[in-house]
Amino acid sequence: MSADWPILSTVIWLPILGGLLVLFSGDKAPGISRWLALVVAVLTFLSSLPLWTGFDTTTAAMQFQEKHAWIEAFNVHYHLGVDGISMPLILLTTFVTILVVIAGWEVIQYKPNQYMAAFLIMEGVMVGVFAALDAMLFYVFWEAMLIPMFIIIGIWGGPNRVYATIKFFLYTFLGSVLMLVALIYMYLKSGSMSILDFHQLKLGLTEQVLIFLAFLAAFAVKVPMWPVHTWLPDAHVEAPTGGSVILAAIMLKIGGYGFLRFSLPITPDASNELDWLIIAMSLIAVVYIGFVALVQEDMKKLIAYSSIAHMGFVTLGFFIAFTIFTRPEVDTGVVLGMQGGMVQMVSHGFISAAMFLCVGVLYDRMHSRLIADYGGVVNTMPWFAAFMVFFAMANAGLPGTSGFVGEFMVILASFRADFWFAFLAATTLIIGAAYTLWMVKRVVFGDVANERVAGLNDINGREALVLGSLAVAVLVLGIWPAPLVEVMDASITHLVKHIAVSKL
Amino acid sequence: MDFDISALLPVLPEIFLLTAACAILVIDLFLTRETRFFTYGLSLLTLVATGALVWAVGGEGRQLLLAGAYVRDPMGDLLKVALLGVTALAFLYSRTYLEQRNLFRGEFYVLGLLAVLGMMVMISAAGFISLYLGLELLALSMYALVAFDRRSQRGAEAAMKYFVLGAIASGMLLYGVSMIYGATGRLDFAGIALSVAGGEGERMVLLFGLVFVVIGVAFKFGAVPFHMWAPDVYQGAPVVVVALLGSAPKIAAFAMAVRILVEGLGALGLGWQGWEGMLTVLAVLSMALGNVVAIAQTNVKRMLAYSTISHVGFILLGILAGTTDGRSAAMFYAITYALTAVGGFGLLAILSRKGVEAENLHDLKGLNERSPWLAGMMLLIMFSMAGVPPLVGFFAKLFILDALLQAGLVWLAVVAVIFSVIGAFYYLRVVKVIYFDKPISHAPIEGGMDARIAISLNGLAVLYYGIFPASLLTACRMAFSG
Repeated sequence: MSADWPILSTVIWLPILGGLLVLFSGDKAPGISRWLALVVAVLTFLSSLPLWTGFDTTTAAMQFQEKHAWIEAFNVHYHLGVDGISMPLILLTTFVTILVVIAGWEVIQYKPNQYMAAFLIMEGVMVGVFAALDAMLFYVFWEAMLIPMFIIIGIWGGPNRVYATIKFFLYTFLGSVLMLVALIYMYLKSGSMSILDFHQLKLGLTEQVLIFLAFLAAFAVKVPMWPVHTWLPDAHVEAPTGGSVILAAIMLKIGGYGFLRFSLPITPDASNELDWLIIAMSLIAVVYIGFVALVQEDMKKLIAYSSIAHMGFVTLGFFIAFTIFTRPEVDTGVVLGMQGGMVQMVSHGFISAAMFLCVGVLYDRMHSRLIADYGGVVNTMPWFAAFMVFFAMANAGLPGTSGFVGEFMVILASFRADFWFAFLAATTLIIGAAYTLWMVKRVVFGDVANERVAGLNDINGREALVLGSLAVAVLVLGIWPAPLVEVMDASITHLVKHIAVSKL
Repeated sequence: MDFDISALLPVLPEIFLLTAACAILVIDLFLTRETRFFTYGLSLLTLVATGALVWAVGGEGRQLLLAGAYVRDPMGDLLKVALLGVTALAFLYSRTYLEQRNLFRGEFYVLGLLAVLGMMVMISAAGFISLYLGLELLALSMYALVAFDRRSQRGAEAAMKYFVLGAIASGMLLYGVSMIYGATGRLDFAGIALSVAGGEGERMVLLFGLVFVVIGVAFKFGAVPFHMWAPDVYQGAPVVVVALLGSAPKIAAFAMAVRILVEGLGALGLGWQGWEGMLTVLAVLSMALGNVVAIAQTNVKRMLAYSTISHVGFILLGILAGTTDGRSAAMFYAITYALTAVGGFGLLAILSRKGVEAENLHDLKGLNERSPWLAGMMLLIMFSMAGVPPLVGFFAKLFILDALLQAGLVWLAVVAVIFSVIGAFYYLRVVKVIYFDKPISHAPIEGGMDARIAISLNGLAVLYYGIFPASLLTACRMAFSG
């Protein structure tokens, strides 16, 4: 399905060029930069809506395709396209960017034009990652994301930002270059740089295992999976609020998308052989990192660890497929698991964005992220408390919110695979509730802890707009997830059929 | 003896350049300090005109001239144009810097033009003698340029080291050449190739000669373990000289390596006893040492010297892959690296003021506040050197990795990327200092308009070729397809 105008290119290049425009608007008139950035972000979101409305849910084929020659000598093309897996993630990106622009309105005083420009350029590049159907185009966008994020954390971040941002960059860079070697190898083997061709490429088991490990290096760091997750707490804590939101809501999902687009379809046999590794790492993330989150004193770090635990669900949902395949008496569950992982990605995008924005609201007022500095916020900021409790419930997986849907689907699917997988995964319901609600109890409820809390003002219109939009999204997805599941269905079913067939 | 003047037509660029350099040398005698601008302008015009001539006499085929001493081929044409462009940028960066230090003399530009002439002769060399002629012309001009600031002790020390080490390396190169001549009886690359292929000549003598020749090549490149001159020379010489020294000669050294090793001694390449094995050792050591030691540097010029060593390792990887794709990838890398390097040093020149050298990391602090545009250009240059898309440095590395994998050298590709990641750290550190730190000096940046235009062109070219690398890559490939 394609439209009259190149939608995907628009959604990619409009924010990039708009971002450059914002950059050159200078820092003398911050109002212009901010309004211009907001206009660009809203326009980008509006131009991405036709992707949803014009989407054909009956087919798993790539839609809205665009293809032009780029580097003939290497058969590299500027090839874009979306399916049910990438389209929701693109819309998530364009939506969250508007919220990030609004959230940084007043709090960013130092060079706001550079701040807004960095986010807009990053938005375009992230959409490029989701839309790219050519391996080299994908890689260029994948790496290009690192530059604006590096700058954002480094300039507008917290006291330890330099350590955090360099760690973030080098960690992800190392994983990515190993993926690059794998991509070049596959190009030399197949003569094509198209990702869809790689899906069909026949590979021997040793080759598949090595390629799988190379991809794992890149995606495990991005997701992040235990034990290569250590960059995330530092990056989240030190990043400015907007940076944490984009990092949690979108960048982590790019890792999950990588598993679905690359690891599973290109190396299904290796994924089969090594699924125990991914499942183990995912369950460790869910359980162990959940306990780590419980003992955190810094709110942002707690939410960071909670993100890692939630992403553990995503990778679990993706990889239990092979365990279920080995049990022929069970014929459902695989698609459910993957859909659960995808829904969890979108839902976590909303919820983690909301939680970081809530912490940002508090930080803007008190300049502290430590739980110990707060207490009884509900007395002075009732509206804010309502939002925060709602999002905390969603984070804990309360039915009715989007947090429940994804987790439920993955746990159900895990039951089909193995009772113990499901048991361990389900402990998140307890641990997740524990760390989130305990944090909320200490920060929001109770008596006013100190006079600084007593002097807090409730959220203003701008903050309410941002939090309200996310609350609506979380609620709608939680009560009525059907549209999202429908959109993904054809693509995921096609993927499952593909990985069920061995390439050997 | 029949002599047809039109036989000299393809050599016209070099003839023109030599004439112009001599003319400028004489004209400069009659100029005063106020009118010195004339020399500067004439030199830039000379470079442009030479480039136009290269383009005009250039073409598809391969022409052997001057009794087999000079070859004009598409590879040479492209390398010469790149060389002239990079030198023009270096000249543009130099004016304000030299004026601030009372060094704005015509000799700088004449020596620069003579160095370019030497490089062009090297690129077009069809035999060892003309290669050596070009090499020495380049080297002697460079020695003088490194010592250009008479009052600088560092500069004198650097020039001394460069001269002595360069003389030793030249001696080794000649020793190797003499052995090869002894074994094959020929001095022109085509003849040597024939002789080696024919199997005549003592194998042992040939291999020994090969080793010494590779040493000479490695010294010119600055590859480990013949790299000792680079950090001290880069640190001691005036930064505008380093802009020229750290960029253009790498293009010429690449040409030298290809002419000698591929065209002349190609048959001696294969395996660990051939020059491919030797280059592998040089490449891995260069990438390792260059990337690791650069981390410890606080002087930006010295850091960029070690970074150059690591990039040279990458260029050698392309040559040792042994395929035409590898060689065109190495050519792409050499050209784009020269472009990036001249920009990096050019920025340091722009930031320097009268009496103050901007050569340490702390001099770059807070550049984003002093000049966001210059900070942005340095960001592009640093990330290109680190090999991050969408800058051209990424594609340069990509093409080399592709050549390595094509040749089945997977382990070497993995080693290369791991060292790239280690090396990314010090480029990030420069970006960190520029963007994340507060400036220690709020003095206005005195770079002239010509230098600012040059750095803008430079940075934007790095971005442009990163988004549209196809044109340059195709040109490099065509240079080797003949």
